[in-house]
Amino acid sequence: MGMLSKSPWVIHYDGSSCNGCDIEVLAALMPRFDVERFGVVNTGNPKHADILLLTGSINEQNKPVVLNIYEQMPNPKVVLAVGICATSGGIFRECYNVLGGADKVLPVDVYVPGCAVRPEAIIDAVVKGVGILEQKRAAMLAAQKA
Amino acid sequence: MSWITGLAFVFFAPFVGGLIAGFDRKITARLQGRIGPPILQPFYDVGKLLQKDNLVVRRSQHLYTEFFFVLTIFTGALFFAGGDLLLVIFSLAMAGVFFALGGYKASSPYSFIGAQREVLQMVSYEPAVLLAAVGMYMVTGSFKVSVIAAYPKPLVMLLPGIFFAFFFILPVKFRKSPFDLSTSHHAHQEIVKGITTEISGKTLALVEIAHWYEYVFVLGMGYLFFASNIWLGLVMTFVIFELLLVVDNSTARVRWQAMMASSWIVALVAGGLNILYLMLRH
Repeated sequence: MGMLSKSPWVIHYDGSSCNGCDIEVLAALMPRFDVERFGVVNTGNPKHADILLLTGSINEQNKPVVLNIYEQMPNPKVVLAVGICATSGGIFRECYNVLGGADKVLPVDVYVPGCAVRPEAIIDAVVKGVGILEQKRAAMLAAQKA
Repeated sequence: MSWITGLAFVFFAPFVGGLIAGFDRKITARLQGRIGPPILQPFYDVGKLLQKDNLVVRRSQHLYTEFFFVLTIFTGALFFAGGDLLLVIFSLAMAGVFFALGGYKASSPYSFIGAQREVLQMVSYEPAVLLAAVGMYMVTGSFKVSVIAAYPKPLVMLLPGIFFAFFFILPVKFRKSPFDLSTSHHAHQEIVKGITTEISGKTLALVEIAHWYEYVFVLGMGYLFFASNIWLGLVMTFVIFELLLVVDNSTARVRWQAMMASSWIVALVAGGLNILYLMLRH
């Protein structure tokens, strides 16, 4: 295991949702689950983040925001769509301004359905994301050599 | 103390400082009822940052950060080599200025506020640090760290007020609550990340390592108050650090006005009375 997988720093962004998943995300940081055990830090700064954790569906208003956050993150980076809204639009899917899930605007690496998502599922998703982070790092190195 | 200890600082301080930082995170987690990350977590973090892309806002920003890094090492090395305490304090201020300049240079509103607060923090801790140097000079008759450390009695016996003022500004240097204004490890959402907002990847790793050097240097300065006995010194340095963590976890961040007013009042009243006592002693 490389260093990347030992210190994933997460930035959390909520699109349009009911906030249920956000509460679960924060619950994962609480004493009961304590994701800092694995080096996960919830940072507010995209330039320090490795993992973009999206909850809620994407609409016309937050599309540029999400894109902006994504573009400010240094490579290698991973996107997690957490909750059914971020995965497919969920209950908001039919709304006139909702585009759908996070994959309408960003390349999503891990999908975590659930309403609301359990903290265990979020931790599992971060662990999966970390594996993809290592793969992306290896791909980056290979591209540099070529 | 000689150039050997200075050189030892340059090579070993990052390891000690990193361990201190890891210990800090572990104890903080325990105080909050969490398990906390492994002790080696800060090393993992820096290792990861070295593997990340470096996003550049302005190239000159790196130059300032590198100067901050070099001057921080210089400060500590000079201190541990037993050099002149005034020169140490001066180069510490220079390092801080370069760090703040790096924050200003990024021309992002968040790092701009962070840089302004960094300058305010420097203005807050400078009087207490200077008074510490003055007090140590009045007791030992020298600004040389090597002479001060060789003083037969614990300096804290003669400098209790100055020691209190020094302890009061420690949270500023450690970037801890209640004075973690410019950037913080805990309050992640307030001004994004303060002065380090626009610093990423390898440059951020450099800043982290510089902070480790700073940790060791500042604790070394605390050690100086108990330097007459090496074991007393080490134990008290540990106690100071533990107290700092308790303060960090039991206080909320204050406004910069409160930070400046309180640190100046404590430095001038406690430190000033202490100096008055030293002057009247003879």
